[in-house]
This record gives sequence, C-alpha cells and structure tokens, in this order.
Amino acid sequence: MEKTKFQVKDLFKNQFMIPLAALLALVLFNLIMDPSFFAITFSPNAQGTMVFGGQLVTIIDYGSELALLAMGMALVTAASGGQDISVGAGIAVSGSLILRVLCGGNSRPESLQAPIFVAVLCGILAAMAIGAFNGMLVAYFKIQPMVATLIMFTAGRSIASWFNNNELPVLTDPAFGYAGNTIPGCPIPSPVLIAILCMIIMALILKFTNLKLYVQAAGINERSARLNGLNPTVIKFATYVILGVFVGIAGFIKVSRLSTINYTSIAKDIEMDAILAVALGGNPLGGGKFSIAASVIGAYVIQFLTQTLYKFDVSSAALPAYKAVVVIILVVASAPAVREWFQSKFKKIKSNDKKEVA
Amino acid sequence: MKKKIVSILLVAAMAATMALGCGNNGGGSSSAASSAASSSAKKEIKVGIINNDPSESGYRTANDKDLKNTFTEANGYKATFAYGKNNDEQITAAKKMINDGIDYLLLSAADTAGWDSVLKDAQKAGTKVILFDRTIDADESLYEASVVSDMAKEGEMAVNWLKDQKLSAYNIIHIQGQMGTAAQKGRTGALDAQVKADSANWKLVTQQTANWKAEEAEQIVASVIAKGTKFNVIYAENDDMAKGAVQALDKKNIAHGVDKDVIVIGFDCNKWALQELLDKKWNYDGQCNPFQSSYLVDVINKLEKGEKLEKKTIVMDEKGFDAKTITKEDVEKYGI
Repeated sequence: MEKTKFQVKDLFKNQFMIPLAALLALVLFNLIMDPSFFAITFSPNAQGTMVFGGQLVTIIDYGSELALLAMGMALVTAASGGQDISVGAGIAVSGSLILRVLCGGNSRPESLQAPIFVAVLCGILAAMAIGAFNGMLVAYFKIQPMVATLIMFTAGRSIASWFNNNELPVLTDPAFGYAGNTIPGCPIPSPVLIAILCMIIMALILKFTNLKLYVQAAGINERSARLNGLNPTVIKFATYVILGVFVGIAGFIKVSRLSTINYTSIAKDIEMDAILAVALGGNPLGGGKFSIAASVIGAYVIQFLTQTLYKFDVSSAALPAYKAVVVIILVVASAPAVREWFQSKFKKIKSNDKKEVA
Repeated sequence: MKKKIVSILLVAAMAATMALGCGNNGGGSSSAASSAASSSAKKEIKVGIINNDPSESGYRTANDKDLKNTFTEANGYKATFAYGKNNDEQITAAKKMINDGIDYLLLSAADTAGWDSVLKDAQKAGTKVILFDRTIDADESLYEASVVSDMAKEGEMAVNWLKDQKLSAYNIIHIQGQMGTAAQKGRTGALDAQVKADSANWKLVTQQTANWKAEEAEQIVASVIAKGTKFNVIYAENDDMAKGAVQALDKKNIAHGVDKDVIVIGFDCNKWALQELLDKKWNYDGQCNPFQSSYLVDVINKLEKGEKLEKKTIVMDEKGFDAKTITKEDVEKYGI
C-alpha cells in the first residue's frame, strides 16, 4: 500500500516535473501580466479560410519543427550519449532538394515539375542518408557524435546551395504552401497536424516495439547490451536514421512555409534548441534513460519563452540574454544531480515529520 | 589496435581529400596557363579576387556572378577566385595570390580586423589592393580604393520615401536584422533618427530583431497582431523578413500594399521581392547594390593609366523602388 501512495519525493523523481513546472511558470507569468496572451481568435485569412490565431496558436505552430527534432534528438542522445549538431544543415539539404525536384533546374518555374509527394520523399531520403552517414561514423567508427556530425554541420549548407546552383528558387504554386501554412478549409495550421501525426506514430512505435528498451540498453551499458544478445552498433545507427526522417519532415515544413529557401538562415541554430529541448526534458545528455514526451514538452517550453519575450517587447539587444538566464535556471533545475538533491531533501523532511508524529 | 586503424584511415582520408583539392587547383591553373599562352600578345591584367561564400545570400551570389562575368579572359583579365567564410581562410588565399604575383587584389573581407600584415606584404610585392563591399580596419595607405554601399543612405532613402507618403500617423513595426551588422546599423539608424525627430507622429509599435530570418519576423508580427496594437507600416531590414511579416498579415487577412491598410518596406531587391512590388503587394524595396564590378573596372583602368583617384572611398549609386513606379524591366535588371 505504501508504494502506491503519492509522495512529494516522487514528484522530483519524475522527469516530467521540470518541463511541466517551467511551462506552468510561463503560463502563470503571462496570466498575471496580461491574460489576453491566451486569447484565441477565429477569423478568415487572405484566402478566405477561417483559421485560428493568437499567441498560443503561434507557439504550437512554430514549435512544430522543434518538437519533431526533439523526438529524434532524444533517441540519438539516449543511444549514443551524444548529440547530432547537423540537424539544421540537414534541414537545409532536404529543403533544398525538395525545391530542386519541384523546380526541375529552373529557379522560377511556372508550374511544379514533379508531384509534391515525390519531392518530399526525396527530401526525407536525403535527410535519412545524412543520418546514415552520421550514424555510420558514430556507431561503426566510434567517433564522438559531436565530432562526427560536425562534418555535415560544416558541409551541409554548401551542399544545399549546390543542389540549386547557388540560386534561390521560388515556387508560386499555392499548393506547395499548404504544409507550412493552412490547407483551405482547415482552421488548424498544417505543421501542427503534421507534428501531432508524427507524435502518434512515434508513440505507437514505442508502445508496440522494443525500440525504447533497446535504445536504453545500448545507452546505459553497451557491453551488457551485447552480452544480452542486442547489437548496440545497429541500434545507434538506427537512431540517427530515425532522426533523419524527422529532419526531412521538418525541412519540408520549413520550405513550405515560405515556398523558398535561404541556405544560410534556414533553421539556423535549431540544433542548439533541439539539444536544449532534450536537456529541458530532463534526459541525461550522457545517454541511457529517456522520455520522448518530456523532450517534446521541452521544445514547446522554448517556443513559449520566445513568444513571451516578443510579447513583452524585450529590446533586440537584450533578447538573447533574457533567454539565456531562463535557460540556465531550467537546465540546472532539470539536471539529474539537482533532482536527486531535491529528492534527498524531501526525504529528510518526510522522515522528520514521521519522527514528530511518533 | 582498433583505434590505430581508425586513426590511420582518417589520416588516409585527409591525405586523399588534400590530394583531390590540389588536383583541382592544378587543373585550374594549367588551363589558365594554356589560355594565357594563346593570348599572350595582349597585356593581361592579373587579378586575384577574394570573396565571401557565394551561398551566403542572394546578394553574394549576384555579386560573385557579376564579378565572374566581368573579369574574364575576353575582357583582358586573368582572374583567380578564392572564397572564405572567415579571415584565416581568406588571409591564406591572399598570401598565396600575392606570391603568385598578381597585379590587383580585390578583397571583400569576412572580418574587419587583422589584415595589416597581409596588406603590407602586398605593398612590398607591388600588388595593388582594392576593397569592395566591406571596409577593413587598416590604414588607408595600405589600399588604393574601396567600393562600398552606404547602408545609412539606404535607410535614409527608405525613410524619406515613407515621409513622402504623408500618412496622418506612422505606427511602425520595425524588424531588425542581426544586431551589430553594418546593414542593420545603417538601416536602423535612419529610422531611429526620424522617430526621434518627429515623435508626435512617428511611433515604433515594436522594434525587434528577427536575425534576417523570415520565420522569426512572422512570429514577431503575429505577436503584435494578437496584442491588438494598431500599426500601418512594416519596416523590415531585408526581403526575407518582409516576406515573413506579410505572411503573418495574410493569416489574419490584413490588407497590405499600394493604397491598402499596411505599407510594407523591404531591402535588398531580390527578384521575387520586386515582383511583389510589381503586383502591388509591397510598397517599397531599397537596393543594396551587389554589382560592383563596373566600379572596380573603372578604378583599375584609372590606375593602369597612372591617373590619381579623386577619392579613396567610392560609394555606389543605389536605388529604391516604389511599387507605383516600378517596371518589369526594373525587376529583370535590378533583381538579384
């Protein structure tokens, strides 16, 4: 009976605690400062479709790509004990290839030169290939993940611009923009729908396969995983390819938002936010146990923070500093060492209580 | 043992890439050499051009293309190009070019500092240095001329245009580029000065950096709309950000463009942006002229004839386009 009873120390053991508390703090802050932050509007857009709008909608709309990457990054972190810093470059590559296939070499095509789904498939495959390359270096050649992915981090954007001969293709077909904005007749932004779909698929995979167990086994102790008949090399490799799938989808959303690409600025620094989301989710960055759901919440916390800072007109020069302060607090609070410390503190309080009762 | 094999493999890979790189260089110079022999009758001017990565932006791509089309063998030049994302790469390339005995070094430096010793080497070797696009922190005696854009003037032209619209009130969303860059400083400075001078009518609804990124610009504008603050001007410091801002307007069906509720101002004159002007969806686009080669040729010709330059700093002519007067020819000619 004792075990099922709710205890305060369990709260601190729970990985969801920190990202949820951070989210709650941001929500409370905004509620107190200006409740209109949470207003959701429903009005027609320029194409005449009724769409939802407001700060919250902007947050979940723009958090979509980051949430996708956070899922993949959590897997990579857990299995290989390191992070992939080439996801931003990967987005540039897949986005550029999608545009290349649709434009057919002409940077200003009158019509689409290929079906959209073929182009998207190419983009996702390209991102998976980058993931496979990174995975190969990490899993088979045992190179530090950050060093291994540094190669694509450096080369990716050049490769992306090379696909399109250094030109900036622009698509005029409105159908291409559906995935990054809204589908006519649908009030919810498409990136949100895509992200939710991916989350459901990921949840089903985790529920019905042994992926989670295998990844954690490989991350916690490679040798014992091998002794138990698992192949940690293949598992690590697979996590990078899975991350590649998410990078490809995120790349599609990004180019679809604007129907064009800017090789240097697309998804710039997104790898840092993705790693941050994993850290905020309370996942140990050295590998082992992980929670994808907590990472996803971490991603939305970052987006929530950004939008809050915009809302309160923080000056441009000070914006990164504000962000950094909040991030430091969150990351330190979600570090496993700090969580353990809190746990032991509460244990003491609890035992003191018991003594007093006795 | 395993580690050893891996490290040997890595070394081998590095050696292979280096060999490949050298192979490319060798190929390039030998073909250049052969063509030099064929047209040796005419005096060739040897120029070395050090630029930033062409994929950096549409501006840089247009800039690189312009230079490549001008400094050709047909025009009497033997040009070598080098690109670098940082000073180290550029300085290495510059040293090599100076050793190869070029006549002119055309330089667009990645960073402003750290060029003194290389430029002194150039001076000793008799290489004349001309800066383009970006200036550096070095003594003026170390270079012959610098061909630059005046970012502050670009901003002033846009602000003056906006003043001429004679709106009863100016409520401006100001979306800035990456803080500290020359383009951001110049374009922000002009607007800040005007807001200060006429604070009764000119107000900044918000002033925020979107780091040149369309998505961030869209989030900033979406935030202002959600707050319900009134605005009638969007002043975005590049085209990408203006595009993001317009997307936020479209999502809420706010009319923008010529004779509509919101005036949209962008910079850089991308072809697609000028097309938006032609379609009357944006109002103004300020040029940041990437076509420096005609100015550079001018300088080189003068120096070859032994003439003196009137000024060391040459500011290029730059235009601003109004949606009401822009033509299809402008889009083709000035779009990058």
